[in-house]
Amino acid sequence: MSTTTVQKTATKEGEDWQPLIITFCCNWCSYAGADLAGVSRLQMPTNFRVIRTMCSARVDPEFVLRAFSKGADGVLVLGCHPADCHYIGGNYRTRRRIALLRMLLEQYGFDPDRLKLEWVSASEGPKFQQTITDFVKEIKEIGPNPLKEDQVEEH
Amino acid sequence: MTNKVGAVMVVGGGISGVQAALDMADSGFKVYLVEKKASIGGTMAQLDKTFPTNDCSMCIMAPKLVAAGRHQNIELITNAEVEMIQGVPGDFMVTLKKNTLRVDEEKCTGCGECAIKCPIETSDEYNEGMKKRKAIYVMYPQAVPLVFCIDKNKCIGCGICHEECKAKAIVYDKKSEALEIPVGAVILCPGFEEFDARLKKEYGYGSYKNVVTSIEFERILSATGPFFGMVLRPSDGEVPKKVAFIQCVGSRDEKVGNTYCSSVCCMYAIKEAIIAGEHTEGLKPYIFFMDIRAVGKEFEDYRERAEKEYGITMYRGARVASVEEDPLTKNLTLRYSYEGESRSEDFDMVVLSVGLKPPEDADKLAKRLGIKLNKHGFCDTSIYDPLSTSRPGIFVSGAFAAPKDIPTSVAEASGVASKAGAIIAPARNTLVVKQSFPEEIAVEGQEPRIGVFVCHCGINIGGTVKVPKVVEYAKTLPSVVYAEENLYTCSSDAQERIKEKIKENNLNRVVVASCTPRTHEPLFQNTIKEAGLNTFLFEMANIRDQCSWIHMHEPEKATEKAKDLVRMAVAKSRLLEPLKTSRLEVNHAAVVIGGGLAGMTAALDIADQGFSVHLVEKTGHLGGYLAKLPLVEGGMKPKDHMDHLIKRIRESKNITVHLNNEVKDVTGFIGNFKVKLKDVELDAGTIIAATGGLEYKPTEYLYGQDPRVMTQLELEDKLAHKTFHGKNVVMIQCVGSRNEQVKYCSRICCAHAIKNAIEIKKQSPTTNVYVLHKDIRTYGFREDLYREAGQLGVNFLRFPEGTMPKLEKKGDNLEIVVPDVMLREDVLLKPDALVLSTGVRPNPDNVEIAKLMKVCGSKDGYFLEAHMKLRPVDFATEGIFLAGLAHWPKFIDEVIAQASGAAARAMTIISKDQLETEGIIAAVNDDVCNGCGICDPVCEYKAIVIVQDPSNPDKRKAVINEGLCKGCGACVAACPSGAMEQKGFKNDQMYAIIDAAFTGGK
Repeated sequence: MSTTTVQKTATKEGEDWQPLIITFCCNWCSYAGADLAGVSRLQMPTNFRVIRTMCSARVDPEFVLRAFSKGADGVLVLGCHPADCHYIGGNYRTRRRIALLRMLLEQYGFDPDRLKLEWVSASEGPKFQQTITDFVKEIKEIGPNPLKEDQVEEH
Repeated sequence: MTNKVGAVMVVGGGISGVQAALDMADSGFKVYLVEKKASIGGTMAQLDKTFPTNDCSMCIMAPKLVAAGRHQNIELITNAEVEMIQGVPGDFMVTLKKNTLRVDEEKCTGCGECAIKCPIETSDEYNEGMKKRKAIYVMYPQAVPLVFCIDKNKCIGCGICHEECKAKAIVYDKKSEALEIPVGAVILCPGFEEFDARLKKEYGYGSYKNVVTSIEFERILSATGPFFGMVLRPSDGEVPKKVAFIQCVGSRDEKVGNTYCSSVCCMYAIKEAIIAGEHTEGLKPYIFFMDIRAVGKEFEDYRERAEKEYGITMYRGARVASVEEDPLTKNLTLRYSYEGESRSEDFDMVVLSVGLKPPEDADKLAKRLGIKLNKHGFCDTSIYDPLSTSRPGIFVSGAFAAPKDIPTSVAEASGVASKAGAIIAPARNTLVVKQSFPEEIAVEGQEPRIGVFVCHCGINIGGTVKVPKVVEYAKTLPSVVYAEENLYTCSSDAQERIKEKIKENNLNRVVVASCTPRTHEPLFQNTIKEAGLNTFLFEMANIRDQCSWIHMHEPEKATEKAKDLVRMAVAKSRLLEPLKTSRLEVNHAAVVIGGGLAGMTAALDIADQGFSVHLVEKTGHLGGYLAKLPLVEGGMKPKDHMDHLIKRIRESKNITVHLNNEVKDVTGFIGNFKVKLKDVELDAGTIIAATGGLEYKPTEYLYGQDPRVMTQLELEDKLAHKTFHGKNVVMIQCVGSRNEQVKYCSRICCAHAIKNAIEIKKQSPTTNVYVLHKDIRTYGFREDLYREAGQLGVNFLRFPEGTMPKLEKKGDNLEIVVPDVMLREDVLLKPDALVLSTGVRPNPDNVEIAKLMKVCGSKDGYFLEAHMKLRPVDFATEGIFLAGLAHWPKFIDEVIAQASGAAARAMTIISKDQLETEGIIAAVNDDVCNGCGICDPVCEYKAIVIVQDPSNPDKRKAVINEGLCKGCGACVAACPSGAMEQKGFKNDQMYAIIDAAFTGGK
């Protein structure tokens, strides 16, 4: 789905709300995949901001919680495919951590689908585009991060 | 003073050439990397995945390409060919012809605006003609160097690109030029070409649309290929349900003149079949082959998984006679013989596994360079000197010498670096550049003063993102004291401006908002270093690749996003700290464990370059298995080669041999190991493990109980001494290989058996020889042996996978019953000599040695290299290397090439006086760390040790070995107490960048 159609549907339904998604990319595979999407001029929604780490295993669960607590509507963690990790096995650790973190989020009544882990290789520009496009759509369906509203109320 | 030139020329920029260039450059030599095409990368850059790990080819290769492109001692000369080489080893003069790109390589920024506007479309060679490119183009998006070139045959000279190019890089009338370059040695890596499938008319390639070659299929599988990774039929874009792979197209085929086996097609076909099934639901692959040659590390597992897990149908021993197209449906009918029966079957698509042949201009190249080619047209080499051409000082690696896979090409590439280095070792460090930088400005304790430089990238960013607005916004951000826009921030005049602005404004942090840090961060880091700032005080915002290019139709939103990205970068920048990379002194000696062929070769290579070597051998003599190979092979007895090596080792002043000794303990790290033997402790900068393998001693087939039963090594000994008198000889392959206990193929047994069978026939032509086998795996030029054996009347009987011939003793007679696949019935043989082709077993000592060195073993008991494709002789633990049968079973020439490779890799370390540690590494906050040890097993590089705190007897703490840490940050995320930090990606820096993503609109 192209960006323009996404927005049109949103406006039709009377939602001018646009989610904000934090995307953690590892330096070697998924950040390179994101760059390749750019080189290939693959168009996608503007709702995400990429934060680069050397390895997806650097993504401390606290980074994810911080992003949610600041109001991120979704957090995407992207790493090298299993067995492709530049640092041998970092992505396996990421896989375990994110699985645990999703359980934890659910236990605290926070929709675990706001957090997603995907593998994007350096040659998968289209997969990066697809992942972003799909996730933006999914998050639009889930709706705004409830913590964000809490924050507004507090102020 | 030496008369040697401390430079080398590498001809060919495929993976082999790139590896050779990197190893030479890292060992103190200047490298000219000459590539015929406009960009380096070779065939590997076209591949989607690599077997047997299914690694993404570009992902693993790109860092090497970038490293070669950036290396200050590697000069890339693209679009150039060698005309002539004059002179002698150590002092050559190479004449090159550099063809014009019609683009100024210094000015082109690779932005690609020219190609978007170019009106001429033509077929794209990188995508094997299945996609279009423009007349001004770059070979592929990740190309190194990223410089566009004009296809002079297609360009109509309209001048649009000239107008569009904001960098003024188009120079239509740029002339080709001749260059003369002095070098001490030349390394040839021109690679191979694919066989032209049109020559196999019966398969219809070129006229049937749904018959494609394997390299075309590779592009079809690729996400950057014609169908974005979906497998679709070229005729109608439909998903094919049945895809047939036909093996040996242009290989093992006398009719087309290529009698050799291309070595790699079996494995790449299995890989393509697996990936095709993964990419496209409902697709069923079928592979038609004669023998499946899964001889490499974990290849046999891969083959088995292909059949059992991925449901790929294998037609073993099937020869496809013809392919016919149904003109209406464009479906294809294959006619083939299988298990003695003629059959036909319909498929939706056919992939021809085309073989490898020498480059088209190999003849001319050989003439110009004065080197010999072999009878197959590849570069001529010998078993005992596999990396040398016939002309001294000119070396060869990769597929130009024989068809071979990536890891073998990479190991050889390191090997040639060792050979070339031996010639010019006296001139080491004479031609390399050492950049000098001004003294670093101390910024600690200063308030951050950030300068922001926002790039238009011609119109690549500026055409979508309102750059002036971003600059104005940047000026409002806290700590930003200066901001400006540039047409191209990467241009050389912009570098000077950045340096000026740092001085004028006392900047102590710099942020560039432009393209991607993956390609451009080192450039800007170098610039600020030249202005006296620590390189780690730099941060980038990627507003092109990850903003303007992917939001081209939404300028407002893209501009807002660019502002956000700049704000995030500035927020992190504010907290950046200068990082010190520390320098570790390097011990210049090497320890080589194992005195067989691999160990002796590696030790001599290192000694030849003037470094001292300790060669540790467990037994009382050097030589290993070579002593057991008395038959002539490749014009010489392996044993004679062994004696020659032993003599050279005795004469070498640089080698100390420790016989009857073994490694008891290893401590330390790269550059500074301590290796404890029984009687002495050795200091060394590097270690090579060449502990060899063992011959499997069979328990089956009455071995050891009946004197007529022997192994191939025992037969070879009898043949050499002319004491073998068998008249009816049966050889059984795969004894102790490819069974339930030992699943892998031992690689060398087929050729060894055939070598002995030929010798039997030569000594006694009337002797009957039967070779009972599952597949005959004589890959590469060893196929010639198989052919010769057939011509001499050796009988080959194939028995099915999962069975073995049965032996019975009837009275005093040996009776073998074997199920023959072709005859479809049991065959009875009554041998008077039964020869068992026994497999190779890993050295059981490996387990203990692996523990001592903190390295890994593979599941089969061999050593496990750092990366199966691109780091074939490195261990994951830095500074330790492997070679020979300790890695995997292999032939003499392969052992020698790999041992030289390990030696070259080792010399990239010990040729340096100091090693610089990485800047972005982990650090422990001693006050917070309680020594729980959670981080220790998380570290893949064994860089963390938990020690007793010397100042506090109640406390333990983690200590990082800066020489080993690679800076992934996995331990930091694992640390439960927050004591661990990753420099450059510290928690507070990461929180700052996360938080800054949300303060939009301020």
